[in-house]
Amino acid sequence: MIEYQDVAASLNRERGDAVVVSAMTQTRFWKEASDRPELDIPTNNSMGKVSSIALGIALGAKDRKVFALDGDGSLIMNLGSLITVGNKSPKNFVHVVFDNGVYAITGGQPIAGSGIIDWPAIAMGSGYKAAYSFEDTEEMATEMPRILSEDGPILIRVQVKPVITTNLGVIQTWESNAVMPRQMRSVKTELAAS
Amino acid sequence: MTTAGLTANTMVQHIAAQGVTHMVTLPDSETNFMYDTMTESGMEVVQIAREGEAIAIAAGLWIANQKPAIMIQNSGLFESGDALRGLGIGIDLPLVMFIGYRGYTRHGDTPDSAAQFLEPFLHTWETPYWIVETDEELDRIDLAFKKAVETSKPVAVLIGAEYVSV
Repeated sequence: MIEYQDVAASLNRERGDAVVVSAMTQTRFWKEASDRPELDIPTNNSMGKVSSIALGIALGAKDRKVFALDGDGSLIMNLGSLITVGNKSPKNFVHVVFDNGVYAITGGQPIAGSGIIDWPAIAMGSGYKAAYSFEDTEEMATEMPRILSEDGPILIRVQVKPVITTNLGVIQTWESNAVMPRQMRSVKTELAAS
Repeated sequence: MTTAGLTANTMVQHIAAQGVTHMVTLPDSETNFMYDTMTESGMEVVQIAREGEAIAIAAGLWIANQKPAIMIQNSGLFESGDALRGLGIGIDLPLVMFIGYRGYTRHGDTPDSAAQFLEPFLHTWETPYWIVETDEELDRIDLAFKKAVETSKPVAVLIGAEYVSV
């Protein structure tokens, strides 16, 4: 299993000026790794809509890479979005699924399909151009630069070690209520200026 | 069919005239007549798998400085309730939502709960709306876009006619 912070560090090394849309526990670790916070949108208040928000940005700003930092629990709430992404097939879309098998912010209960879901197979069956899966930190860090230089849509599933944060769920949502709209405007301004 | 007064070309022209760049949509029985016309209009059509995606995709397009609109059925708007709360109203998204008014009978009483609850739903979400059934009423679309910009909030245009011509 891979630590969240290692995934975040690996992505941040290659992000360039990518817009990064994140959910839940991914936001917590991405915040610590990101060196371009003006291009980050935390979406803890979206009921699994990370991939949809990121898709909209990718379709509207075709020259800008967009990373969707999704969770497995979040993505099963919005599974049809994989079809929508595959159908539009944006080259600048990178979908990273942090697979911990649990709802980390509610105490670690297993998600439906924990240990069963084959994310790369679902992505490829939905029309993604490529899909990868990592369970080893060194392999992920080695492969990430090459993968992130490919045309999308790409899905990268990373098996991460669960970080259970009981009672943080509501706090994260309240924080997102305040931060998400502000960050959306920050990214909107950045994209308008580019 | 020509049993009602809405025509696809005229309606899509009204929408395109507002500068809409993307239409995020899932065809339904009230708005399906516009699908082919929209794809030929120059607007980019973003077809979704389920209506709950629509407002989130529109939010992303708006962040990317595009001008999206969405077109879904009333049953799909109910599905989109949390997205309307968090990603529409919650982020001050100026968005026009074209909603197929399934079950609309024009005299009030309807056996379709999707119609019974549509206007109460919009009132609960404090979302202004206009109803259009004929080409003569399409200036209401202009009012809807104006209101969305003035308030920086989602507004709705309800499509009350089911069978129309191209």
